[in-house]
Amino acid sequence: MTQLVKINVTVNGVSYEREVEPRLLLSDFIRHDLKLTGTHVGCEHGLCGACTILFDGQSVRSCIMFAVMADGHKIETVESLGTPEHLHPLQEAFMEKHALQCGFCTPGFLMTLVDYLGDNKNPTDEEIREAIDGNFCRCTGYENIVEAVKLAAKKMAAHS
Amino acid sequence: MAERVFHKSILRNEDPQILAGKAQYLDDIEIPGMLYAAFKRSDYAHARLKSIDVSEARALPGVIGVYTAEDFGDLVKPGPLQVPPPTAIKGATYASRTIMPIVKDKVRYSGEPVAVVIAESRYIAEDACDLIYPDFEPLDAVIDLEKALQPGAPLVHEDLPSNEAAHVIQERGNYAEAAAKADVIIKKKIYVDRVAAAALENRGIVINWDEKAQMMTIWCGTQSPITLRNATATRMGLFENQVRVITPFTGGGFGPKINTSMPDDVLLTELAVRLNRPIKWYEDRRENFLATTSERDQVHYAEIAVTKEGKILGFKDTFYHNSGAYDSYMMTVPLNTQTHTVSNYNIPNFYTEITMVFTNEMVVTPVRGAGRPQGVFVMERMIDAAARELKMDVAEIRRINLIQPNAYPVSTGIIGQDFVEGVLDSGDYPTALAKVMAMIDYKKFREEIQPKARAAGKHLGIGICTFTEGTGVGPYEGAKITVGGNGKVSVATGVATQGQAHYTSFAQIAAEQLGVEVKDVKVITGDTGAFAWGAGTFASRGATVAGTAIHLAAVKVKDKALKLASKILETPESELELVGGYVQVADIPGKKISLGELASMANPMRGTFPPGAEPGLEAVAYYGPPYGATGAGCMAMILDVDAETMKPKIERLVIVHDCGIPINPMVVEGQVHGGIQMGIGNAFFEKVFYDETGQLLTASFMDYLFPQATDMPPKIEMGHTEIPSPLNPLGIKGVGEAGAIPTPAVFTQALEDALYDTGVEIMESNLSPSKVYTYVQKAKGA
Amino acid sequence: MKPAPFEYYAPKTTEEALQNLTDLGYSGKVLAGGQSLIPAMNFRMARPSALVDLNNVAELAYIKPTADGGIAIGTMTRDSVVEQDPIVKQRMPIVAETMGYIAHPQIRARGTFGGAIAHADPAAQLPALSLALNARLLVKRKGAERWVTAEEFIVGPFMTVLEPEDMLAEVVLPPLAPRTAGSYKQVSRQRGGYAQAATISVVGLDDRNRVKDVRCVLFSVGETPILSKYAAKVLVGNEATEAAIADVAAYVAKNECDPGSDLHGTTEYRRQLVEVLVRRALTEAVLRAKK
Repeated sequence: MTQLVKINVTVNGVSYEREVEPRLLLSDFIRHDLKLTGTHVGCEHGLCGACTILFDGQSVRSCIMFAVMADGHKIETVESLGTPEHLHPLQEAFMEKHALQCGFCTPGFLMTLVDYLGDNKNPTDEEIREAIDGNFCRCTGYENIVEAVKLAAKKMAAHS
Repeated sequence: MAERVFHKSILRNEDPQILAGKAQYLDDIEIPGMLYAAFKRSDYAHARLKSIDVSEARALPGVIGVYTAEDFGDLVKPGPLQVPPPTAIKGATYASRTIMPIVKDKVRYSGEPVAVVIAESRYIAEDACDLIYPDFEPLDAVIDLEKALQPGAPLVHEDLPSNEAAHVIQERGNYAEAAAKADVIIKKKIYVDRVAAAALENRGIVINWDEKAQMMTIWCGTQSPITLRNATATRMGLFENQVRVITPFTGGGFGPKINTSMPDDVLLTELAVRLNRPIKWYEDRRENFLATTSERDQVHYAEIAVTKEGKILGFKDTFYHNSGAYDSYMMTVPLNTQTHTVSNYNIPNFYTEITMVFTNEMVVTPVRGAGRPQGVFVMERMIDAAARELKMDVAEIRRINLIQPNAYPVSTGIIGQDFVEGVLDSGDYPTALAKVMAMIDYKKFREEIQPKARAAGKHLGIGICTFTEGTGVGPYEGAKITVGGNGKVSVATGVATQGQAHYTSFAQIAAEQLGVEVKDVKVITGDTGAFAWGAGTFASRGATVAGTAIHLAAVKVKDKALKLASKILETPESELELVGGYVQVADIPGKKISLGELASMANPMRGTFPPGAEPGLEAVAYYGPPYGATGAGCMAMILDVDAETMKPKIERLVIVHDCGIPINPMVVEGQVHGGIQMGIGNAFFEKVFYDETGQLLTASFMDYLFPQATDMPPKIEMGHTEIPSPLNPLGIKGVGEAGAIPTPAVFTQALEDALYDTGVEIMESNLSPSKVYTYVQKAKGA
Repeated sequence: MKPAPFEYYAPKTTEEALQNLTDLGYSGKVLAGGQSLIPAMNFRMARPSALVDLNNVAELAYIKPTADGGIAIGTMTRDSVVEQDPIVKQRMPIVAETMGYIAHPQIRARGTFGGAIAHADPAAQLPALSLALNARLLVKRKGAERWVTAEEFIVGPFMTVLEPEDMLAEVVLPPLAPRTAGSYKQVSRQRGGYAQAATISVVGLDDRNRVKDVRCVLFSVGETPILSKYAAKVLVGNEATEAAIADVAAYVAKNECDPGSDLHGTTEYRRQLVEVLVRRALTEAVLRAKK
């Protein structure tokens, strides 16, 4: 008999109660149980950053957490930032600076940056590179992502 | 009339959806009743499979079936070639041994599948794989390219007399004569090692067989949807139009996703029909490193013959190319190496010999650059060796040998991957070199900055290399453009998209002709239900070849619109223009008709129809170039090396690039940026490592080092030269691989320059600080 | 890369957790931050039959100053919390400095101070830090507890004195004497990656700038973190001159470490790194201690 554990997780402001196998990875839970497929899976060993989400407000790797570890906690995924019609200033900045190509790594970057820019309002180029060092991108060479972050910082300052 | 949306940095149509997390990638697809596949893979690189016990796996709850070679019968045979053999090259010999869908008797690479599990979840499928027990008899593995060819070496394919997969010699002029006349001849052995494409999204496939409709739908992030469709249909005895291949949003391709008739699509299409259930397979990262194709791995014996003034009289290159266990992709990669060794310099005498070798490693198929980086690396290193010998400046020796701008078109005398003799269509290499030197302040660096740094004990070095990029090769692509009743424009083409902005750049091409907004052009790529003729996305050809077809189709639609509107508005065509979704009379803005209305009027529901007319505002066009358009450029880099730890820091990186007329300059720059990330990886971080038994040691990102943001230069300084290609009406050349091509050569040159006081000379790529340290110690005589 | 199945226990108190561990014996494994364990499980290189998840045992996460000027850190305290704690920054800057090198912020948000030490990865920072700071480790089991020094705690690669029923509960960092400072130096292939060689060196000076105490720890160059005996022998009681430091660095690199050879570096290269890094770390620690 497979053990099932009951969990209560709040994702993007919505409460979910589910029964899951202990070994179910949080990334799979978000994507396949909750059908929030904006969070992507690139490596399943915590290095590429494509699966980055916010866990109680901090950016973490969902591929190296079990869903059961999210019981009682709050999660935010890329779907919480904006819609195609109403993009978050960070998403707008990415678009305006051509900071995405295939887009697979993008949600991971966005969640890392939403956390980072919350505490760092005016980062330098070097600081930005250090902040995104844990997110891999094969398409953009990171060049336009750095520009997008600077623009996003300006936009977010203007908004607040 | 000025370009309206063409040659403009227009923001991408596809971005809002992707940014909001609403784009559908392969693993996002779920179909009711879907089952999940996992492959049991061989740990051995070379072994006989004596037997395999799957009974325990079959009994595991949640497992639907476990299948081995004997369950697939006739299906277990070599797949079709992905690329035709090099019969166009005189004297070429080859042995085609294509990828097997599953191991029957013999394993030839570590990771080759021995069984496939279908289960209710990927988790259970992997559990079942743990319960499969193959009985292997290990064999000695063939790894080293030269040892592989020695008599008595174990044979990867035992029905062949040796491990030689192909042999090609191409020659222009007479190298021996040139060598006899030369003042200096330099010989070097040069290695370029293997790298992975490492797209962020791994490979995968979802297959749904609708038994009632007798239709198969395949979702796959493939670079060749049409080939996948056709191969599947042929193999399964279906009509092509019974198989629809749809490419969802794809998280990067970079080469390996071009392959079809791989174990996954061959076996899982069969099982989807047999089980009458949708099946998904989504590779994990470990499998990607293990069993998805990778590339580079060559050993070159190069020779350059120069005058004492530095003029290159001749070049000879005898090299071994690792094909891996099979050679489904034939000779595309090594032919690219051949054609890119001499492409930008005037070398009247050139001899190049390829021996392609089977080894017990994963199959080699193109990865961004596809053989070109190796060619450029070899030539640039040899030129540097000549410069060192002759005590010449590295930029100067290049300058005096570059092909001049008035020389085009230049026949290279070498047959390339498209099986025709290469022709350099256009270019201006000296200007690119001069521009880079100006941008990086080369003179000031050599005369002031570097001497000062050296006096202070710093190890600051500069590297500068030139390169070409063969792009836009045939055979052809096509496009269908249809104006909708809604007045918007639909563009469908056969190539697929993996992030290179086709949804926008292709829209720009159509919008330019039809006077609509770019956002009102919906581009469909890689859906065989929408368009099913074409070859695929490879060799930086999408924009050039499909783009041209789109342009030609758009022009046809424009002509139809003008013709019809002329009748309706009773005005000559010459006085009409397409603006804002309307056809209007140039000086009478009120007199107009919308494209949507025109489209409806061109498709009458009743009545008669003019003979020879075609309904609607729709046109199909095809384009195939006589040969590929050649992009080119120059790159320079300044490195600061910590001579105690051998860790380099890229202080500056400058690139000037010619890709003809860019459709969208912003997109072009992005492509170059991405290529540079891979180029830096190839130079100093990435390496697919097999040990002497063929075990893959780099099966995760812990060991396969992927360049991150702080590994890149502080800024990629880019300049452009726009030399239109005469081969297509828009003057376009491809650019997808440009950044990856010169970087290892530039990096290595800069490294040597930085470590000038050690006298070190490095004739391999895929370096590391430890490797550099070992070289330096050897140079010091330690 | 999905993990194999396991039984899951989620105790709410230390007492419950210790009961679980006692009951499970060799079948049970502690799940702390999971940043090392879960990747290994995804590769199926680790297949524990049962996990005891400590993430809900709130009483195991704390940072408390000790009366003598040191710091007591509960085992489940997140790396990021330790890194940003004002008392830690003020009393022991070397701790915050070291933690900044651990992977990336996303990993530090989940990884735990005690978890990393109990995992005893030869290439990891925190086991080395605990040795450099002469930490005292509180090991609990059902009905009993004992204190172990950092030196005694780690016995081999990924091996500690912890028995299956044991849990590392607290790490106490003793106070640093006045005029004591540390320096962290490493060479890794990429920022955030594992070090190819690294050192944490802590130097204490007397009021005549002679070395009173030196703990020069190397890691990633042996099966466990290594405390240099030679550094203490040569430097204690003497001035840390350039020549003395160079002598220590050369000796340590040659004789007190055992770097293996792997894809990313040869033994020779890594010995070279040890020499360079020890020299740079000792020099910097001395400079800082003088301030």
